Amino acid sequence: MGLTLTHFVVLGAVLFCIGLYGALTKRNAVAILMSIEIMLNAVNITLIAFSFFNHVKPYANLLTGQIFAIFIITVAAAEAALALAMIIAIYRKRQTVDVGEIDMLKW
Amino acid sequence: MDLASLIFWIIAVVLVAAALVVVGQRNIVHSALALVVVFAMASGIFLLLNAEFIAIVQILIYAGAVTILILFALMLTRIAGQRVTNPNARPLAMAVALVVSTLVGLGIIFAATVSQFAQSAPAAPLLQGTVCSLPSNNVIAIGQLLYSPSCYSYVLPFEIATVVLLVAIVGAIVISREEE
Repeated sequence: MGLTLTHFVVLGAVLFCIGLYGALTKRNAVAILMSIEIMLNAVNITLIAFSFFNHVKPYANLLTGQIFAIFIITVAAAEAALALAMIIAIYRKRQTVDVGEIDMLKW
Repeated sequence: MDLASLIFWIIAVVLVAAALVVVGQRNIVHSALALVVVFAMASGIFLLLNAEFIAIVQILIYAGAVTILILFALMLTRIAGQRVTNPNARPLAMAVALVVSTLVGLGIIFAATVSQFAQSAPAAPLLQGTVCSLPSNNVIAIGQLLYSPSCYSYVLPFEIATVVLLVAIVGAIVISREEE
């Protein structure tokens, strides 16, 4: 029984769902960010698996999935830096990181 | 069962277990430490898929930089005397979230395994421009794909990504700066 694309896609789906559950249920903003990082990692696993199992001729050489994964990692790093800066700024103003209590934008 | 399958199953089990620890732990510092395991195991999956460069980048950026960033944010936002630092929402909301995420997961797995998308033939090539013959070395291939000025490459998206990073860094400094 060898490894197929399905193995990796299902692993990515399971990981994505765990991250989604965490992002939906957590109250701490940093914990939500951690769950989002798990979701991004799941997507990276899926993309790289597609890249590995792609044998269509000109595309297989292009490693498109791996290039996409590099860009996702870039954006994830930028997102983490910005989100944590925002969390620290909010904590300084409101003394809380509970997303249920952060309602400055709620009218 | 061959060696690759064995490695895959070990990594997959540890990966999912660590992700569950991240989501389920009450103490958020433990969650952050389990996140390192998640990133390291994902890096192992990338190695299994012949993506050596991304595996190294994963260790450097995720397990190194992002986790340190998260731990710093936790340190700076620590609320004194609070035992449960990683509270969950109400039980009803948790049940709804569980159902939603399970449905999303079953949808993805359905689409990937039994739906007609999974069985359809690959699309016909419609690539414009010449593709350089890429070496089998993963790092060299990715370097050519990202920077090559003459062949088909991702130079423009790469430059845009650098601008995005610069804006993010400057924005993070501006947002988190102490006001005078």
